[in-house]
Amino acid sequence: MQNEIIDIDEKHKEYTTLNLGPTHPATHGIFQNVLTMDGEIIVNSEQTVGYIHRAFEKIAEHRPFYQVTTLTDRLNYCSSPINNMGWHMTVEKLLGVEMPKRVDYMRVIIMELARISDHIVCNSVIGVDTGALTPFCFIFQDREKIYDIFEQMCGARLTTNIGRIGGLDRDWNDEVYRLIRKFLKEFPVAFRQFTNLLERNRIFLDRITGIGPISAERALNYGFAGPNLRAAGVDYDVRVATPYSSYQDFDFKIPVGTNGDTYDRFMVRQGEIWESLRIIEQALENLPPGKFFAEVPEFYLPPKEDVYNNMEALIWHFKIVMGETDVPKGEVYHSVEGANGELGYYLVSDGGRAAYRLHFRRPCFIYYQAFPEMVKGAVIGDAILTMSSMNVIAGELDG
Amino acid sequence: MADINNEYLLQKLKSQFGSDILSHEETYGMLSIILSKDKNLELLTWLYNESELKFQFLTDVCGIHFPDNKDNELGVVYHLHSLVNNIRLRVKCFMPVSNPSIQSATSIFSSANWQERETFDFYGIIFEGHPNLKRIVNVDEMDYFPMRKEYPLEDGTRTDKDDKYFGR
Repeated sequence: MQNEIIDIDEKHKEYTTLNLGPTHPATHGIFQNVLTMDGEIIVNSEQTVGYIHRAFEKIAEHRPFYQVTTLTDRLNYCSSPINNMGWHMTVEKLLGVEMPKRVDYMRVIIMELARISDHIVCNSVIGVDTGALTPFCFIFQDREKIYDIFEQMCGARLTTNIGRIGGLDRDWNDEVYRLIRKFLKEFPVAFRQFTNLLERNRIFLDRITGIGPISAERALNYGFAGPNLRAAGVDYDVRVATPYSSYQDFDFKIPVGTNGDTYDRFMVRQGEIWESLRIIEQALENLPPGKFFAEVPEFYLPPKEDVYNNMEALIWHFKIVMGETDVPKGEVYHSVEGANGELGYYLVSDGGRAAYRLHFRRPCFIYYQAFPEMVKGAVIGDAILTMSSMNVIAGELDG
Repeated sequence: MADINNEYLLQKLKSQFGSDILSHEETYGMLSIILSKDKNLELLTWLYNESELKFQFLTDVCGIHFPDNKDNELGVVYHLHSLVNNIRLRVKCFMPVSNPSIQSATSIFSSANWQERETFDFYGIIFEGHPNLKRIVNVDEMDYFPMRKEYPLEDGTRTDKDDKYFGR
């Protein structure tokens, strides 16, 4: 008799529509998901994106190249330096400029610090969404130290605008080296404690294992990249597949998972933080002496003393600041391994002063569309966890 | 792992598609072909299934607008990646702005879904066979395609800003 009560035929069945977002505290950003619920089970989910769309691609067509760097800051704002470096390298590739080894190594250090800071956000927030607030508050003290390093390097903390086309804006001072060494000494201790709070926590592991899985085939078909793809078991990493900025000089491992669930995504990011630390250590140890910029007077601002005392430098300074330098005609695609995966820049230049067309391959935008498939049949709490473990960043999603 | 380079890839493409490959060039190490637009789905499917090439990762889809190219104003640019061979390929298809339609790649790549919606949103390119072709990042009420070159970045009625001194 009981079965009769539960077994309502399809005609009389009603689903509940539930708005998750756009400003829900658990979605960490402005995302709207219109969920169709059967009781507590998610039947379907429809996403709305574009709440913070700022038309970067259109703006970039109207700006000199160096002014695009500030736009890239605001894509994935948890790791702006990676975006900045990717953009500089794209323009350098178009210009055909080789960077000195020292610039490459300094950039690697900056990018890996940014990767650590990004992965910390993601992993500690997985903790928050399962009810573990302590690790988040604890590790953020040490995450701030990465921002201190950036502040010392370029003056900014979050939207860094770090480096220039043709090198870095300035050489590092002694304080930068001191802060990096201090970070390399102190961070592993704090991170190990963070690890102990979560990685060996039975309650946490039970909560995240098997949540929001995706197979390797589906992940590839959905264009996943970065930690989310590697969690599904595909060892694709741009740093290894097409090394840029001298990544081939460093010895590091690519952590991979097997099931592509929240646990694997968490563990892959944990592993990558350790590998990033190793890369920073190697780069700092072998940091070659030399110049921190390449000879590209058309794009790299001359030193201020020269601007005051030297005619050519003054001319270049004026032309660069006013955005009056032409770039060669060409079409270039360059990608870097962003914290969320392959961050690509497709740049078409018609030989003018601004890009004719610039397209950002934003990894979040591409893999977030798999979300409905990943949460089908799950409960709301699992959907929240899936979303935070995918590390969807609103700025990168909407572009 | 087979040793596949751009020349070999081009040769294979040419033997399969012949005159449908309108032109080709190699820019910054990446082979780039212009394909007649009716063949896009056929080419992507063939590249996906070809036992040696295996272009099974759709890196990127985006649009481009050349207002001066008569009857070939709008373009769709695909970036494909063969992870097995670690080689990339760029495929471009151009179409007239009066009839901007092309076949959708969603049947092969799930990732094409939103990327094609974004291309439609910005350039008004109609992807035939797309399951849900509507605007994605812009508001639904928008009645123009903002990334086309004729739309100015700023409000045309403003008189307090003059960009002509900056060469833009």
